[in-house]
Amino acid sequence: MNTQTMTDDTVQTTEMRQKLRSIAGVLLMSLGPVLMAFILSGVILLILKVNPFSYYGYVFGRGLLSPTGVQATLTRMGPLLLIAASLIVAFRAGIWNLGGDAQFLVGAVFCAAATPLMAPHVPVWLGLLAGAAISAIFGGLWALLPAFLRAYQGLNEIITTLMMNFLGISLASVLVKLVFLDPSTTVPQTRTLAVEDRLPTLFGTTISSGLIIGLVAILAVHFVMTRTAFGLRLRVVGGNASAAVHAGLAVPLLTVMVFAISGGLAGLSGGVAILGQYGNVRADWNPAYSLSIVPLVFLARFNGFAAIGFVGLFSILSIGAESAARRTGVPNYFTLVTIGILLVMLAVSEYYSAKRQKAGA
Amino acid sequence: MLDAHPRATDIPSGTEAPPIVTFEGVTKRYPGIIANDSIDMEFRAGEVHVLLGENGAGKSTLVSMLSGLQQPDDGRILIDGVEKPIGSPGEALEIGISTVFQHSMLVPSLTLVENATLGRKWWQKPDREGTAQVMNAAAERIGVRLDPMALTGDLSLGERQQAEITRALMRGARFLILDEATAMLTPDDAARLGELMRRLAAEGMAVVFITHKLNEAVAYGDRVSVLRLGKKVGGLSPEELKSLDPQEATNAVVQLMFGTREASTGERDRPDATTVDRSAKPTLELLALYAKSGRVPLENIEFKVWPGEILGIAGIDGNGQKQLASTIAGQAPVSDGRIILDGAYIDKMTIGQRREKGLRYVTDDRLGEGTVGTFPMSINLLLKEIGQTPYWRGGIEQPEAIRENARQKVKEFDIRTPSIDTPVGKLSGGNIQKVLLARELAGAARVVIFEKPTYGLDLANIAATKMRIREAAQSGAAVILISTELDELLELSHRIAVMDQGRVAGIVENEDGARHKIGALMSGAEK
Repeated sequence: MNTQTMTDDTVQTTEMRQKLRSIAGVLLMSLGPVLMAFILSGVILLILKVNPFSYYGYVFGRGLLSPTGVQATLTRMGPLLLIAASLIVAFRAGIWNLGGDAQFLVGAVFCAAATPLMAPHVPVWLGLLAGAAISAIFGGLWALLPAFLRAYQGLNEIITTLMMNFLGISLASVLVKLVFLDPSTTVPQTRTLAVEDRLPTLFGTTISSGLIIGLVAILAVHFVMTRTAFGLRLRVVGGNASAAVHAGLAVPLLTVMVFAISGGLAGLSGGVAILGQYGNVRADWNPAYSLSIVPLVFLARFNGFAAIGFVGLFSILSIGAESAARRTGVPNYFTLVTIGILLVMLAVSEYYSAKRQKAGA
Repeated sequence: MLDAHPRATDIPSGTEAPPIVTFEGVTKRYPGIIANDSIDMEFRAGEVHVLLGENGAGKSTLVSMLSGLQQPDDGRILIDGVEKPIGSPGEALEIGISTVFQHSMLVPSLTLVENATLGRKWWQKPDREGTAQVMNAAAERIGVRLDPMALTGDLSLGERQQAEITRALMRGARFLILDEATAMLTPDDAARLGELMRRLAAEGMAVVFITHKLNEAVAYGDRVSVLRLGKKVGGLSPEELKSLDPQEATNAVVQLMFGTREASTGERDRPDATTVDRSAKPTLELLALYAKSGRVPLENIEFKVWPGEILGIAGIDGNGQKQLASTIAGQAPVSDGRIILDGAYIDKMTIGQRREKGLRYVTDDRLGEGTVGTFPMSINLLLKEIGQTPYWRGGIEQPEAIRENARQKVKEFDIRTPSIDTPVGKLSGGNIQKVLLARELAGAARVVIFEKPTYGLDLANIAATKMRIREAAQSGAAVILISTELDELLELSHRIAVMDQGRVAGIVENEDGARHKIGALMSGAEK
């Protein structure tokens, strides 16, 4: 095929057509598994003798259609979006940071310990800013050990970050029980941040402005990864580490930076959850958001916009399932069944897209 | 219409074995390209059938259809005269079709016998003794000597390929595909493989041999087919091959491949020495350089390269050439000694700083480290300039500048690509090399290291690459040309250094008798 003989017009139309086709392909590959996951979960509900239509009716009725439900959904999206941003940075750079749960918790615990103590002495905005910074810093610090091991010793970060999860989750619990304990209650939990010192809610609703932080973070990450020199460097490291060395990139330094950014965003997610929603950390609290978001980020093919959509869907499901559980007797972790099936469907679609690509190669 | 063998049908059928596999109008299309365009071809028992063609001519596609990896879009495949699709690699094995690639497919941590027993059902115990006997028998039949109990990882690539061929025979192969099997071999091992091919054909096997080396094609082939741009443009029948002497046959093949005779002769004269200015200060200087970290440690390397000069580095592959290149480029650490570029020490500098000083490195590992295969060609052209203006401003990508650069390079370096957004990994080897050349020769190059720059390329791309190497020197850069092809070094270099086990065994001026001196240095006679 000779491009030189083509006129600019035909180049443009073929480019357009290719773009359209690739967009259609991405949509099919992203939404197809979702649809199949709902159908198969519906079949499981049928086996449990629950009407899937009424179950999902309750789920979406609560998570999406009721005013309080939708506010809860949007509030939960804030921390989840930050987790997604954290994962996108790492995964695009070819680094499988699966330690987000611990980074989240460590960030949350230090934020919850420090902010209520600061709040009475400083303006609200400064307290919030400091709290957010503390959560990001400690989240980032918790990612540094795997970072150095990966960057300078070549140790597999999947193993180390997962191991750091066990340590971090236990550490968070120990800190809450022994060090940051609120002396005024008998329940093992940190001091509680007063409601008026928390992140402001949006437009007179109960939606936390953490949602805005999450949206800004994920869009910023998407922009940095796709449009900037820094993002491209990270993607080169992820795409072919030998090529990155050959091109003169400081691969170990970039690796450490990726871990720090990724851990920082996960930590910030914990901070936003505390500053916006919970106000304190109870011992043994671990929402394990990170590992639930991993499949969603894959479904979104590391695309920030698509990730917003999937995180929204997950938020609706998890909020809605809590209500549906009470009405239909289906336990609320049935959401995890749907997500689990979604993962399998994702693998199947991945298999077919790889096969298609191979046929097209 | 294709001018396939017009004579093939004239030959009385009694004199030739029937074809095992017949292609009739076989066509394979990929998006934007017809990889195989109604190919008619016969593969007969007892024949070595050589497939020749430039990179991207469609040889690999043809082989992947033979081995069941791909299915044709059009046309028929006949097995023993009966139409039968080769639906999968498994079906190909059942028919008796086996493929040996240039990279070994044996498990290095297992012995040869264990590798041979891998195909058994999971509930069967591997019968090492029995398999070893069968293996020895099969090896003996084709005149190969191997130790079935040897660990695969300890064997040379040539020995592994012999083992793979033996294993194919044990599995009842009667149709053997050797896909660029000689590309990575030493000349001796390649010759041994050639003899083995002849013996296999004598045993009544059909052998399909894909190669870039015309002398091998003429020496070992019974029948030659030439592909160009997906079409079969002709070939030599066994009778033609027999009646021509090797030089005539080579010329005939070159004419089929390129429609001209010139490509094969090229400029055989010495390089133009007038561009070299030895009275000037040397551009690059290596002083007692040691680098201990690599697989082959470098010891006491010393040489100078003057502006406009091409210094060839000869030597058998794996004697430290790669380490030398990556040490100069900054990818491997220097343990002792100095590197001086334009009077400044660069041995403590980073890769990026050395590049800014004008050091360029065209690696031979084009997909492994030269490019990111999944990234668009346009980005790969700028892989070493990420963040620099005008392609990035304030760290933000400037898509139009990046595209414009790519369009310009496509034109300037004649890169054949469906689009500048095509992932570079989807281009043919020759075009990936052009992308690398375009990237490395951009801007003010002071020293250019070419590492095996023509490896795996077809003749047209080899000629284009050689031209770029000469141009780099003519523009005043000091050029280091690492190659295992002696002819190429003698054609291009002003001086030739010979590397042996991480040392420079000697440096030879390229004048009469240089070939002999280099040969003596390579064999270790003059130490």
